[in-house]
Amino acid sequence: MITLSGVTKSFGSNHVLRGVDLTVGKGRSMVVIGGSGTGKSILIKCILGLVTPDGGSITVDGRDVTRVPRDAFLARFGMLFQGGALFDSLPVWQNVAFRLLRGELARPWAEAKSIAIEKLARVGLGAEVAERLPAELSGGMQKRVGLARAICADPEIIFFDEPTTGLDPIMAGVINDLIRQIVTEMGATAITITHDMTSVRAIADDVAMIHGGKIRWTGPASEMDASSDPYVDQFIHGRAEGPIETLR
Amino acid sequence: MIRLLAALGALVLGGLASIGRLAIFTGQTVSHIVRPPFYPRELGAALLQIGYFSLPVVGLTAFFTGGALALQIYSGGARFSAEAVVPQIVAIGMVRELGPVLVGLMIAARVTSSIAAEIATMKVTEQIDALVTLSTNPMKYLTMPRVLAATLVMPLLVAVGDIIGIFGGYMVATYRLDFTSVTYLKNTVDFLEWLDILSSLTKGAAFGFIAALMGCYFGMHSDRGAMGVGRATKSSVVAAAVLILAANFILTEAFFSS
Repeated sequence: MITLSGVTKSFGSNHVLRGVDLTVGKGRSMVVIGGSGTGKSILIKCILGLVTPDGGSITVDGRDVTRVPRDAFLARFGMLFQGGALFDSLPVWQNVAFRLLRGELARPWAEAKSIAIEKLARVGLGAEVAERLPAELSGGMQKRVGLARAICADPEIIFFDEPTTGLDPIMAGVINDLIRQIVTEMGATAITITHDMTSVRAIADDVAMIHGGKIRWTGPASEMDASSDPYVDQFIHGRAEGPIETLR
Repeated sequence: MIRLLAALGALVLGGLASIGRLAIFTGQTVSHIVRPPFYPRELGAALLQIGYFSLPVVGLTAFFTGGALALQIYSGGARFSAEAVVPQIVAIGMVRELGPVLVGLMIAARVTSSIAAEIATMKVTEQIDALVTLSTNPMKYLTMPRVLAATLVMPLLVAVGDIIGIFGGYMVATYRLDFTSVTYLKNTVDFLEWLDILSSLTKGAAFGFIAALMGCYFGMHSDRGAMGVGRATKSSVVAAAVLILAANFILTEAFFSS
């Protein structure tokens, strides 16, 4: 279980998180929605320790994330970055098996490559892709490789940051289905950051909406449409009119 | 007046903060060199990239500099009938100063810029964050192999530069200025001392460390966006070049002041 209590983060005078309270149950798929620049990505970066919160506490299975051994803690996580964040200089299979080629989880190269090819197959990519460089792949293929890397070491917790941004609707649907299948199959706890409502409906068990640096609403995905919260209502229906200010 | 003082104070504080950040970064880099885990594959790649692939530019720079130096010394020496000192001055000039400094500056141009741009781009595209989530320390994986490789390989590059520079002078002297081959080589070898060579190689190691460190530092601290990458690249080359020249003065003072 992941619990955030009163998490705050500011960059100078920009108060991005103003006291975020959120609980993600073990094995649940939580999708965090919210407008651009509302701190969705900062939220998961705080959990991973990529950004240090100014205040509040974050615990994973009851343990404060700032007081656990970093390597063992991070070994429990997989993360799909918005742009893929694949390492340009490494072929695809070494990107996927990165964690298995070095550090505590290191395995022989042949074994790591075989696992990488297996994971690539899991996300619908053939073995012929393994030796290519990331720059030789399309955006959709890069997302799939990123997804394969995220699940390569069978993590307990997976984060997806804007998994369908920049993809055509068909490829976005494929990625959404893959995420849902993988999370269900692995029994992993997942947090997905998105503002794509199609993704929300495909991936989420639970939904949280962040606005004004706080969690505005949270509940099961099935109750989202009937939330009666005007902010949620405006966001999920993509209305220009409503309590969320928009630039026009 | 108060505004002026405030601006001056902010400038001084900013400068001190930058020096502090650089000192901490340097300390961390050095400490990672002796602490596991190590990444030999990355070190090997950096050795190849910084060392082997820099050979053509180092060789060409040294060859033409050695040749030009021979011409200058010959024409300058002719003013007081000292044309014969060409081999000795080319040798001492290349080994003590021009070899290490020019190789250092060429490495700053070729390697520092490339390291800064690569790491800054990795930062912008979240590859550095990805490394952290994959339980890999970016300082260990990116900075340490590059800095260690540059420090190890630069003395070799400087040695190659010194030799090719002297060879450039030899070619010009023997084919253009009518020196005899045997006399030129004998004068070169007789005149050089071990201290000259030691200073040259030491400078090489120091300049390699500075060049790679500046690339890594500015890459790791770059701002977001294409402008951030461009600024990091430019700043890294400028800082590396200035620090190399400053270090050259300090090392020359240390080796030859007595």
